[in-house]
Amino acid sequence: MADVREAVTRLAREQSGRVLALLAARFGDLDLADEAVQDALLAASQWKHVPDNPPAWLYTVARNNAIDRLRRAAVERRRLLAAAPDLTARKPFGDPEHDATEEEPMVVEHSEVGDEQLRLMLLCCHPALDRDTQVALTLRLVGGLSTPEIAAAFLLPEATLAQRIVRAKRKIRDAGIPLSIPQRLDDRVQALLTVLYLVFNEGYLARGGAPGIRIDLVDEAIRLTRQAAELLPDSAEVEGLLALELFTHARSEARFAAGELVLLDAQDRSRWDARLIASGDAVLARALRRMTPGPFQLQAIIAAYHAKARTSAETDWHAIVRTYDQLVVMMPSPVVELNRAVAVSMVEGPEAGLRLLDTISGLDEYYLYWAVRGELLSRADRPEGALLAMERALTQATNPAELQHLRGRLAAFGERVKP
Amino acid sequence: MEYMILIAETVAHEQYAPGTAEFEQYMGAWMAYNQSLMDGGNFIGGGRLQPGDTATTIRRSGGADTLIDGPFVESKEQLGGYYLITATDLDEALRLAAAMPIDDAALEVRPLAFRSESL
Repeated sequence: MADVREAVTRLAREQSGRVLALLAARFGDLDLADEAVQDALLAASQWKHVPDNPPAWLYTVARNNAIDRLRRAAVERRRLLAAAPDLTARKPFGDPEHDATEEEPMVVEHSEVGDEQLRLMLLCCHPALDRDTQVALTLRLVGGLSTPEIAAAFLLPEATLAQRIVRAKRKIRDAGIPLSIPQRLDDRVQALLTVLYLVFNEGYLARGGAPGIRIDLVDEAIRLTRQAAELLPDSAEVEGLLALELFTHARSEARFAAGELVLLDAQDRSRWDARLIASGDAVLARALRRMTPGPFQLQAIIAAYHAKARTSAETDWHAIVRTYDQLVVMMPSPVVELNRAVAVSMVEGPEAGLRLLDTISGLDEYYLYWAVRGELLSRADRPEGALLAMERALTQATNPAELQHLRGRLAAFGERVKP
Repeated sequence: MEYMILIAETVAHEQYAPGTAEFEQYMGAWMAYNQSLMDGGNFIGGGRLQPGDTATTIRRSGGADTLIDGPFVESKEQLGGYYLITATDLDEALRLAAAMPIDDAALEVRPLAFRSESL
């Protein structure tokens, strides 16, 4: 039974998005395709044993479900038509009578499937949907996660999430959001990458919170990014994001020790995942060969410098500062400037970092700004200021592990202030 | 599909006297926009509204009507005009709306459920 359950979960995660994309394109109806796939997955959960080719099974059953639904709807329409011909005289949209029932060869060209999947991904991240909706829809339709799983991952009530998805599907249908490759592909890919990175970060930051309970969004994000990289083979930024995720994920295990958050410089680097780092290196190298730099590639390069350093002291901070210099130009944002200030402080000392912090505006409400300020003041031997900054950071942080870490730092600073 | 583009203006547009170069330029841009909608087969209708202070609102509640001197929603943005267009999908509708020669505005693009003439 456990085998069946595992196989069905894997089928949902790895294949349902692909099947959904194919059916949505074939029938021109996202909702229909989604219901057909959900029904098929429900049927799969009743398996006595796992069929030889689960993806083929899913496609066939879901397609037949869709055709059944269309047939039933057509019968209903004919019944209505007979009862009140005037009211239904206009031909309804997407008359299924023509193409739905004909058999289609099971084997689908891979390139074709890729195209449908990419359309579905871009549809889920359409700019006419708000960011939260894009995230929920991508995980649900492309990633094959269930609504309760997504709700749990984002610590949201299930009803809120269900409503979000229903509304999104309604808007897609009624507002005519197309399942097509857009003219301005780059902007749309950018939105997709932002969504995938959001999912990754949500998963990464939540780690250590309640292990084992929440769905692993880190794994899901990496899987979906890998998929996006396959579907967009010319995009260096997708590979940049994938590399960034792999490097960051490689440090996951070392980020906590005895339930406490451990910052990068204090991490036990022997616990970093060498396999993930190697795979990040390979992906990043591939991206850089395309000679089309972008913010995700630059962030991946920075992560790679950290990954390469066997000890914290060996970190090539000069190279990291140079990379941040480029990142600030390419993606101007106060958060990037904050990170750059930290790197500069590692090269030129805490006072240099503090001078840069003073030039950053817009981060008064951001706990990391104050935490960084506290650390730099502490390193500059100004414990009173450090204490104040850290207190302010504590009032703004929300993540439990980070709160605990900040409290620890605050206590340490407090010790130094004592006469 | 058919879409309504509701034009909410955040600032009152400049009034140019007919005959001036500014007027010609202003009107020219709108004429060109309208023409492009017509050429593309997208134009169904459209119009410019008199300012909001000319509006009269009938507020009906519990069967009783009250007349209100002014638009139904008081806000910084005023409904200034509309277009009714036909487009293949939302992407095309948004592209057409974005091509409008207007500086400061909120353009709400919304699909029609149906139109009585087309039933």
